[in-house]
Amino acid sequence: MIDLLGYGAFFLSTALIFALITLGLNLQWGLTGLFNVGISGFVAIGAYASAILTTPATPDRIGGFGWPILLGWAAAALLTAAAAAFTGYATLRLKSDYLAITTFGVAVVVQLVALNAQVLTGGPFGVAFIPRPFAAVQADPVLFNFANLAVIAAVTGATFLALQRLSRSPWGRVLRALREDERAAIALGKSARSYRIQAFAVGGAVMGLAGAVQAHFIGFIAPDNYLPTLTFQVWAMLMVGGSGSNRGAVMGAIVVWAIWVGSGSLTSAIVPGDWQARAASLQIVAIGVMLCLILLWRPQGFFGARRRGA
Amino acid sequence: MSLQFLLNGLVNGSMIGLGAIGITLTYSILRFSNFAHGDFMAWGAYAALAVVGVLGGSTPLKPLSFGWPLMTALVVAMALTALLALVLDWLLFARLRARGQSIIVVMASFGASMALRNLLEFVFTSRPAYYSRAIQIAMPLGLGIKITADQIALLLLTVVLVTGMHLFVQRSQRGREMRAYSQNPALARVIGIDVDAVVRATWIIGAALACASGVMVGTLVQLRPLMGLDLLLPIFAAAILGGIGSIPGAVLGGLVIGLSEAAAVQVIGAEWRAAVAFVILMAVLLIRPMGLFGVAER
Repeated sequence: MIDLLGYGAFFLSTALIFALITLGLNLQWGLTGLFNVGISGFVAIGAYASAILTTPATPDRIGGFGWPILLGWAAAALLTAAAAAFTGYATLRLKSDYLAITTFGVAVVVQLVALNAQVLTGGPFGVAFIPRPFAAVQADPVLFNFANLAVIAAVTGATFLALQRLSRSPWGRVLRALREDERAAIALGKSARSYRIQAFAVGGAVMGLAGAVQAHFIGFIAPDNYLPTLTFQVWAMLMVGGSGSNRGAVMGAIVVWAIWVGSGSLTSAIVPGDWQARAASLQIVAIGVMLCLILLWRPQGFFGARRRGA
Repeated sequence: MSLQFLLNGLVNGSMIGLGAIGITLTYSILRFSNFAHGDFMAWGAYAALAVVGVLGGSTPLKPLSFGWPLMTALVVAMALTALLALVLDWLLFARLRARGQSIIVVMASFGASMALRNLLEFVFTSRPAYYSRAIQIAMPLGLGIKITADQIALLLLTVVLVTGMHLFVQRSQRGREMRAYSQNPALARVIGIDVDAVVRATWIIGAALACASGVMVGTLVQLRPLMGLDLLLPIFAAAILGGIGSIPGAVLGGLVIGLSEAAAVQVIGAEWRAAVAFVILMAVLLIRPMGLFGVAER
């Protein structure tokens, strides 16, 4: 029973971190129509930034500044926002596909830096000993898990409310106007490019924050955490939830993560050992097919607002 | 410093260029960037592997590492890859294209790419595979450059395919229709161009060349389910560098990227190779987004 409670808290914490990433994507795609295929890269930037700033000093690695966790999170969000803003600056005066291709490239390069810039990122071994919130109560797993869940829920909840307000603000209305009818919005004197760069940067900041929160929740990061599969999972979450709706983004993240974990443990229980790797790839095939089916039959998702564009 | 990297760059560049032709055609005619294009390469390469398995091994045509089975398999696999592209278009892309939001099609191609790649991993596992284990003796070419018979054969194949494609698009009736449609879809419809046939021709050409490129990678390096994903960024960068819609541009872009990658491997180190395409892509987007032979967007 205690185990189950602890596991429930752990599951929900992970799902809420995914929800945070999905909220960032919803601002970029759902509200503004910006296609980001490099989510894993932006999450990784945040995770590594905070990890490098907050870990205790290590002799074989640059970094280890021992900053407080909250300061690391803020720096992670800022740095990721800057990276996203630059990506947007380079591509957002061009056709939307160029942004997609460039973000894909960002993910490739971030992965490469994480693997090869050993003095900064620890290379394939990653960064360990990332300070975890409430490390003092780590001996009591249930208390520890629930304390962490509370922090993650608070961060996700605060971001949710902030994004909710932002999307109803005049700023959010301009973004929706640009998505629905670019010419009309431009005719009203709104700079499409500048608003889109802002939205992309803010969405990037949320993704970077999520990466940092996850890094401190797990306490260890490695390049393998930030493969294209992550990008793909987050897209599936937003599409299931319904793009354009923050509530849908959170619900989609929890539902897809539950399906992912459930089907994962089901296959590892019934599939014999040497077939497990194959079963894992079949799991991704299923999600890919599901994404395509949703695009075909239910583009508004399952938990989104009933009214289109709300 | 050995000049060998020039030859390696040329060979890799021609594989990238062949892939970029498909990307550039899909982008200029179907108006979306196809993230599943890299997986067409991988599927083509594995299709050829399966056909070689069915035909059974035979003695290679010396001094090549392969013989008639692989050459037959290449033709069959090109047809199969084209079929795959057409089926995917019929199931997915055509329906979404009809709704008119091109970025949704891009997303669908991303989902399809994930599914295709992992299906390949499911069937063939992630272990590398090879068409042949024959060892190639490289012949000295002068200036410290060595070349294998396979490399000569595949460079010749690239020249034949690219020239053939260029002539088809420039001279044949269907090629003219493709160009007309890419320049002005509405007008092309009005004058009675068979749009479905144009779309089919685009997929067939793009997928067949992707397959050829995949088989080349499989012959010279190895087959892995991730081989297409790894080539995706270089082929996008090559298509944009060459200018969207231009076949000679795509090939030239591929060669530039291949040579730059080889130079980077020589000077900086092999582990940073994948960053080269990104650096070139960013430079093109910031300095000359229309690419070398592109036309300004209307």
